[in-house]
Amino acid sequence: MSSAHDIGGARGMGPVEIETNEPVFHARWEARTFALVVAAGAHRKWNIDMGRHSRERMPAYSAATYYERWLYGLETLLVEQGLVTARELGTGRAEAKGDETRTLHPEQVAELLRNRLRARLPDDVPPKFRAGDRVVARNIHPAGHTRLPRYARGRQGVVERDHGVFIFPDTNAMSRDKKPQHLYSVRFAARELWGSGVSARDNVIVNLWDDHLDPA
Amino acid sequence: MSDHDDDHGHDHDRPLSGPALRAKALESLLVEKGLVDPKALDELIDTYETKVGPRNGARVVARAWVDPEYKQRLLADGGGAIAELGFVGRGEDIRVLENTPGVRNLVVCTLCSCYPWPVLGLPPAWYKSAPYRSRAVSDPRGVLKELGGKVADDVEVRVWDSTAELRYLVLPERPSGTEGWTEAQLAEIVTRDAMIGVAEVAVPKGQR
Repeated sequence: MSSAHDIGGARGMGPVEIETNEPVFHARWEARTFALVVAAGAHRKWNIDMGRHSRERMPAYSAATYYERWLYGLETLLVEQGLVTARELGTGRAEAKGDETRTLHPEQVAELLRNRLRARLPDDVPPKFRAGDRVVARNIHPAGHTRLPRYARGRQGVVERDHGVFIFPDTNAMSRDKKPQHLYSVRFAARELWGSGVSARDNVIVNLWDDHLDPA
Repeated sequence: MSDHDDDHGHDHDRPLSGPALRAKALESLLVEKGLVDPKALDELIDTYETKVGPRNGARVVARAWVDPEYKQRLLADGGGAIAELGFVGRGEDIRVLENTPGVRNLVVCTLCSCYPWPVLGLPPAWYKSAPYRSRAVSDPRGVLKELGGKVADDVEVRVWDSTAELRYLVLPERPSGTEGWTEAQLAEIVTRDAMIGVAEVAVPKGQR
């Protein structure tokens, strides 16, 4: 698939421009789209990793705005997971009522935001690495979703911290397989990633899972 | 919620163009199917427009500046210490990164736009933009310089790429000249950008 979203280290994207007194939403449709995505998620037909993957698959990802990606991802998941049909999406007309069992109501919003499903798991899985271990990020280029950024692949780093057992997004996005495993902070020297033109003092820390790493 | 004057043609797609029109059509459809309650959408929007935003994070930072024991708990267990102030949610862990005279921390999400919603609200446009996501990891000093804060050569810059459900909040350095200030006064000067790491906290002119 396209990895247009995986842009760490890309050049030529232009300057960073901070808007002063920026509103939370720049248009009402952005606010409605944001809320639709959260509210539709309450039906539990997909997980956060499937959500990210749905946006990454947008054909015009690079040209789209943030909430255009959210809208595309939501339309995609609604049809793929059977909450609406492709024809309903096309016509905008409901042909049958949906299952309202989990429909989010205003008095449930605060509770939903407090009790999102946690990515941290109680599973007892042994870690493959310890803090201080030298590791190399695998050189993988999967067709589907991954949280291993391209700029770190094949690069050597040091495990800075073991965060315990987490859901593995790469499989959770594709097949709902949580594949519980340890999540680490891995520290890469900036020069290992970007060469000798950058400061020898600087570091980039990336959160990576057991399945992303081999001993260096 | 649906007002369909045009009642023929289930076989061809209704011509929709523009995200505003598409979002409106999608909301109408989901409401008609009973899958979305528009009042819940209002509540979600109100939550992030008026209740959950960078003022939450500013209170966390100010507390850490005046209460050394709180700061210790905050650095050891960010999510737990933040929950003490009543800011919880979204199912992710939060780790707090302390700036010191020798270390500047900078937070980015190169793959999407992960951000610590409970303490900073929804991310600003620049944080979600391709220029920031692409350059923050490879040229953090350039980005910081452009945004007005050159980092000295002998300071380490640590860039944290938010690739997991583990979010970051930068604990900026307390500026000099704020000795004796109350926690509430301190919270007033802590900015969103300082808690992402692209700025330092400064004492506003007139308060020095």
